[in-house]
Amino acid sequence: MSALDQAQRTSASRGWRAGGVLAALALVVALAVAAVLSGFASSSPDGLESVAERQGFADRAQESEAIGPFGGYASDGDDSRLGTGVAGIAGTVTVLVIMGGAAWMVRRRGAPAEDQTV
Amino acid sequence: MHVPDGFLDAPTSVATGVVAVAAVGIALRGARRELDDRTAPVAGLVAAFVFAAQMVNFPVGAGTSGHLIGGALAAVLAGPFTATLCLAVVLGVQSVFFADGGLTALGTNITLLAIVAVWVAWGVVALGRLVLPRRLGVIAPLAAVAAFASVPVAAAVFTALYAVGGTTSIDIGAVLAAMVGTHLLIGLGEAAVTAFVVSAVVAVRPDLVYAARPALQQRREDLVRRSGADAALASASTTGASR
Repeated sequence: MSALDQAQRTSASRGWRAGGVLAALALVVALAVAAVLSGFASSSPDGLESVAERQGFADRAQESEAIGPFGGYASDGDDSRLGTGVAGIAGTVTVLVIMGGAAWMVRRRGAPAEDQTV
Repeated sequence: MHVPDGFLDAPTSVATGVVAVAAVGIALRGARRELDDRTAPVAGLVAAFVFAAQMVNFPVGAGTSGHLIGGALAAVLAGPFTATLCLAVVLGVQSVFFADGGLTALGTNITLLAIVAVWVAWGVVALGRLVLPRRLGVIAPLAAVAAFASVPVAAAVFTALYAVGGTTSIDIGAVLAAMVGTHLLIGLGEAAVTAFVVSAVVAVRPDLVYAARPALQQRREDLVRRSGADAALASASTTGASR
């Protein structure tokens, strides 16, 4: 076994464990952004809203209805930092499950051929 | 840049809806080439992070804010077809469960953010990889440029849609200038967040970064060539010693 094969094999087995840790870390970061950082977001109108106000077509916007309790990133109308944080966690987990599930279903089965870790 | 219900008329919304459905169908097929056992979980995490980051509006000048779109980020980390799916899922969840972006405007929002922003960003990355060295160090700066470009282009395409199907007749030139001007500033934020996240992932697990695959391939080839040279050197020195 060449040094290269060895390096590849070690890195692959280490990769699975490190991958789990990294995935957990990434999820924690995403949840922290949604739960905590969201409470400190600017409440100014965003780029499109601001342009619409200045150009005089903002009044055309129609309020839409959310399904469930998290409309407007509030929790049952509670748009405090806590309410927004709870809504953020719910949304982040929902997106993770839907996209993770979709990606898992469409993925190429079996071991990746073209790109092993070096 | 989430378009609410009421900005665009019904024909335009139906047209962008058709475009969105077609794009998601194509992306579902294309993403198969980008996703395997190892990278499929990455796609879920990228979409989750994009949703979270889109909640955090940062101020850009007086009385205006912007937030990450994440098209460039998702394309660089997970691949462009997967990125289209990620953004479509984020926009769908936002529209249905958070009333952020109208339901009738969902096709428009998918067109602007999941198609235009993602593929403009990927176009910049693809062009950059043609002219830049195949090294890991160029990925994050390239992602930043791609992110920056994607935002004003999406804003310009919104303006074009508004010119076709806007529900008020206003000065489109003024709307274009305001949209692009504002979104150039937001693009700077997009570039900063994208560069930060991409460079962090490239530093820890470059093998999970879709846009880094050619650079990793190059590194692997260099390594093979070097170990081949080492072997030749070793055998030459043994031959020398036996003499």
